[in-house]
Amino acid sequence: MVASKKYELRLYIAGNTAKSVTALTNLKKYCEEHLKGQYKIEVIDLLVQPQLAEGDQIFAIPTLVRKVPEPIRKIIGDLSNEEKVLVGLNIRPA
Amino acid sequence: MSKTQKAAAQSRHPLLPKTPTGIKGLDEITGGGIPLNRPTLVCGDAGCGKTLMSIEFIVRGAMEYGEPGVFMAFEEKADELAMNVASLGFDLDKLQAEKKIKIDHVHIDRTEIEETGEYDLDGLFIRLNYAIDSIRAKRVVLDTLENLFAGLSNQAVLRAELRRLFHWLKEKGVTAIITGERGDGKLTRQGLEEYVSDCVILLDHRVIDQISTRRLRIVKYRGSIHGTNEYPFLIDEDGISVLPVTSLKLEKPVSSERVTSGIPALDRMLGGRGFFKGSSVLVSGTAGTGKTSIAAYFANETCKNGKRCIYFAFEESPSQIIRNMHSINVDLQQYVDKGTLKFYASRPTLYGLEMHLVAMYKVIKEFAPQTVILDPITNLITVGSVSEVKAMLIRLIDFLQEEQITVMFTALSLNNIVNEQTDEGVSSLVDAWLLVRDIEHNGERNRGMYIMKSRGMKHSNQVREFIITDKGLDLVDVYLGPEGILTGSAREAQMLQEQTGEVLRENAVGRKDREISRKRKVLEAKISSLQTEFESAEEELNKIYQEEELIRSVSEKTRNEMIKIRRNDKG
Repeated sequence: MVASKKYELRLYIAGNTAKSVTALTNLKKYCEEHLKGQYKIEVIDLLVQPQLAEGDQIFAIPTLVRKVPEPIRKIIGDLSNEEKVLVGLNIRPA
Repeated sequence: MSKTQKAAAQSRHPLLPKTPTGIKGLDEITGGGIPLNRPTLVCGDAGCGKTLMSIEFIVRGAMEYGEPGVFMAFEEKADELAMNVASLGFDLDKLQAEKKIKIDHVHIDRTEIEETGEYDLDGLFIRLNYAIDSIRAKRVVLDTLENLFAGLSNQAVLRAELRRLFHWLKEKGVTAIITGERGDGKLTRQGLEEYVSDCVILLDHRVIDQISTRRLRIVKYRGSIHGTNEYPFLIDEDGISVLPVTSLKLEKPVSSERVTSGIPALDRMLGGRGFFKGSSVLVSGTAGTGKTSIAAYFANETCKNGKRCIYFAFEESPSQIIRNMHSINVDLQQYVDKGTLKFYASRPTLYGLEMHLVAMYKVIKEFAPQTVILDPITNLITVGSVSEVKAMLIRLIDFLQEEQITVMFTALSLNNIVNEQTDEGVSSLVDAWLLVRDIEHNGERNRGMYIMKSRGMKHSNQVREFIITDKGLDLVDVYLGPEGILTGSAREAQMLQEQTGEVLRENAVGRKDREISRKRKVLEAKISSLQTEFESAEEELNKIYQEEELIRSVSEKTRNEMIKIRRNDKG
């Protein structure tokens, strides 16, 4: 496991929908398993802050954006497929 | 109770409310614009003007109707869009700064995105909602929504979400345009027409005989009357102009006002006062019969009377026409300088017929002339078939009559055509038809002109000789000689001959007069000599008489003497 890298993750949701809750639960689980101590999760509720949607080019909900490390990666959906999420976040090589 | 409520509801919505797009001509075809607060689908192939039409909808709305608009671009970035439409005079940056429009570029890149599990497009809804609310937008454009399908793989989710999106747009109370790329056998590649059921506009860009024409058709407009034809449209520096080319009714205002042709003799042939205002005049003739000269005279006369004229030249360049017309004493340059005469020269092959029509329509609308000249319409045949040219001219005449503009067409007719139809078959459309033709006789070619028809006025049935000189154009009566109609030098010769005869006759009469006076003199002389003779005879007679008297008196005297003497003897 990569030790030195810091992960900044941002999860966009729109209210407390089932999908949002699932996504957040899944994300937290994966991070605890694979990135313990190296990550930061920021949850943005677009119903509260709609102006933030444009900046990160959000169109689907929920969307997970990996801000750091670059390049920016996006994963949309409820993150139910662990393998895809890990590959997408570049935690595990494809 | 419920019945009356229903009736009330009906009367409250007598017609589908519409929103003017501000795009020239489109509002006329749709009878007022696109459906208010509903989505409209604009579809077509790549490069047919979908994005431009939708952005013009937004910009016109913001600038002319005070309706702010959101442009959600799935294809181009905001600055790219701004650059693309800057050539049309739309300053998107300024409008954005003034909060009149908002451009939101939705960037979807499949390589950056991973899909896992369930999702929806709430993000898009929120973004759109935020954009709409931030400027209180009334208009929305989604260009091109189908890019979502390229970026996301879960079609089932997309389709469900699109259906929700269109519902949402209706509820939001915005008038929306959605653009879609044309697909095989379908209006759009992704079948967007399933979702947008109120109004569908199809754009088309066709190339026929290497000439491209953009056309627009309203495929569907629920709850509204609309033009069903294909309408050509033009994209130029002022944006899109759609030309509603066929007016549906023959209900045009007419004028009994007259306009002079500039040739007094021609006016005399037309009941003395020229053409009707707003009528269409066709001048046809073989090559080199002076059709352009007649047209230039008409243009000159219009401008001389302080009116405006557009001269559409399809054969010669403006400077060429101006130079050539100097030779018949017509100075068109002064009116060009003054701005009352406008030349609009284009090669017929520059673009298709419809485009010519749209271009002419536009120029005429802008310049608002009283007279329009098309010289010659024959050249248009190179870019279309006879029926197409005819259809185009019908529409042009329709439009011009509506605007009360007098139009003069010139047309070349070929010598070998037996009947006198012009090639374009427009002769039945025009109100007045002048025919200029060659009269070949005696080794020279002259021009004869007559009026084939002139609706609604008394006109001369005579063939006149049409003369072009340094001083200008004129018509003279043809000479009816013993051998038929004489023109040109034959006419001159005949006139000369007649003049000679006149002189000779005068001479002859003079001689006779002199002879008579001479005879009179001779007779008078004779009379006087006879008188003298008579006098001398009379004198002779007198002499004899006197002598006799004398003799008688003398002899009496002698006899008396003798008697006396004799008496003395006896005494």
